[in-house]
Amino acid sequence: MSIFSALHRLDRRWIFLTVGLLVVVPLLTGFHIAPVRPSARAKGFYDAVQRVPEGSTVVLAGDYDPGTIAENYPMHLAAVRHLMSRNIKIIAVELYPGGPPLADRVLHIAGEEFHKQERVDYVNLGFKSGNEVVMSQMGSSIPVTFPADRSGVPVNRIPVMKGVENFGQIALLVSISAGYPGTKEWVQQVVSRYHVPMVAGVTAVSAPEYYPYLQAGQLQGLLGGMAGAAEYEVLVGHPALATRGMDAQSLAHIFIAFMILLGNLAALPQRSSTGRK
Amino acid sequence: MKREVPLLISMAAGLFVLIGFFVPHPAIRTGYDKIQQWVIIVVAFTYVLGMANVLHLNVKQIQKRSRDWPYKVALVAGILVTMAVGFSEGTKYLDDNTGFSWIYNNMYSAMSATMFSLLAFFIASAAFRAFRVRTVEALLLAVAAFILMLGRVPIGSLIHPALPQVADWLMEVPQNAAKRGILMGAALGVMATGFRIILGIERTYGSDGGA
Repeated sequence: MSIFSALHRLDRRWIFLTVGLLVVVPLLTGFHIAPVRPSARAKGFYDAVQRVPEGSTVVLAGDYDPGTIAENYPMHLAAVRHLMSRNIKIIAVELYPGGPPLADRVLHIAGEEFHKQERVDYVNLGFKSGNEVVMSQMGSSIPVTFPADRSGVPVNRIPVMKGVENFGQIALLVSISAGYPGTKEWVQQVVSRYHVPMVAGVTAVSAPEYYPYLQAGQLQGLLGGMAGAAEYEVLVGHPALATRGMDAQSLAHIFIAFMILLGNLAALPQRSSTGRK
Repeated sequence: MKREVPLLISMAAGLFVLIGFFVPHPAIRTGYDKIQQWVIIVVAFTYVLGMANVLHLNVKQIQKRSRDWPYKVALVAGILVTMAVGFSEGTKYLDDNTGFSWIYNNMYSAMSATMFSLLAFFIASAAFRAFRVRTVEALLLAVAAFILMLGRVPIGSLIHPALPQVADWLMEVPQNAAKRGILMGAALGVMATGFRIILGIERTYGSDGGA
């Protein structure tokens, strides 16, 4: 049996096993391959948060659910840590039904680290159905769109909401997004109408879609996938989940590139025989 | 009359919302805000409708013992158990130590993340079995994929210091140009469809399917 036919008959479970090992071993052992170097897009995100004056209020849209937790959660947590470290107040909203518990989690983790009080320094207004209409309605009135926070406390009794009527009082819009509704809709409904500065953290597969908005200045920074989250963690000075995951991702990418080469090598005899016919 | 009235309502609502988007005058804005609040309420009810539909379709298939019916039993049981647990816990269902939180953290989260993680395995397998370089276009795609896959992770700069810059150029110039073209085309299509609905040319939303 030639090496080509052996390759051709390779059981795909060997591929699955190798991918599993390449991902799990770096995560468990913590071995380190290469340092994470922040890109201009991640620096743009970081600088936009740095420009927000202390004591200002930002809207943090956590539009994802556990399906994309590996990519969105680390950037969500890093963004909240960065905002809280600068004493910026956070109003969190979610347009994915599965999103609010994840927003609660990042707000509580970072809130404890930076000694922030719920409803005084941050609030989670929770999920609201309606997609773009919710975004547009927030431009008219945030308290009318979200009359109570996630636990049912009316917004007029929430200190962090005091004086916040619409996007006129919002210094920055931070969108952590897995798709629709998300970053694109926030740009279309809010940035283009109310000119609120905006940054976004998105899944790697959807990141190319937002490059035109980044280049046009409608987005001031963009984190794409786990790599973007890792770059941002390095900038914030708190390497965490995403930074640890980058070595596993590096090895998985190399393996996939190798698989493309190997697959084409295995197909060589087949191709040459077809050529002879 | 059955066709004209819905058309007129669509036309009036469409035009009013279109004007409201661009005109912030209070005379327009008040009605515009009201319509948006109605939409939010109506969309919330569609969740109930959607779930009733899922239950109706799946229960029917279970009764008929159609293909893969045991999976449908799991789906229906999942919906009913989660709802029962959520309702039984009342307004406390959001607290950390509730049954609803347990289902979210230990079942829903784990299963959703697993589905997403499977991509890594299937992409590797597909790369081996399906990504064949047979044409010049496929070669270009393969080269771009190599550069991006390696240039986008920290190990890329160890392989060659220029790799991340080349990957960035690919994303910011050729990719961005194509994406911008697609976006513009899609935007024009959405505008055209919107105008067709407002003007009553596109009527597929009606009960007669636009006939």
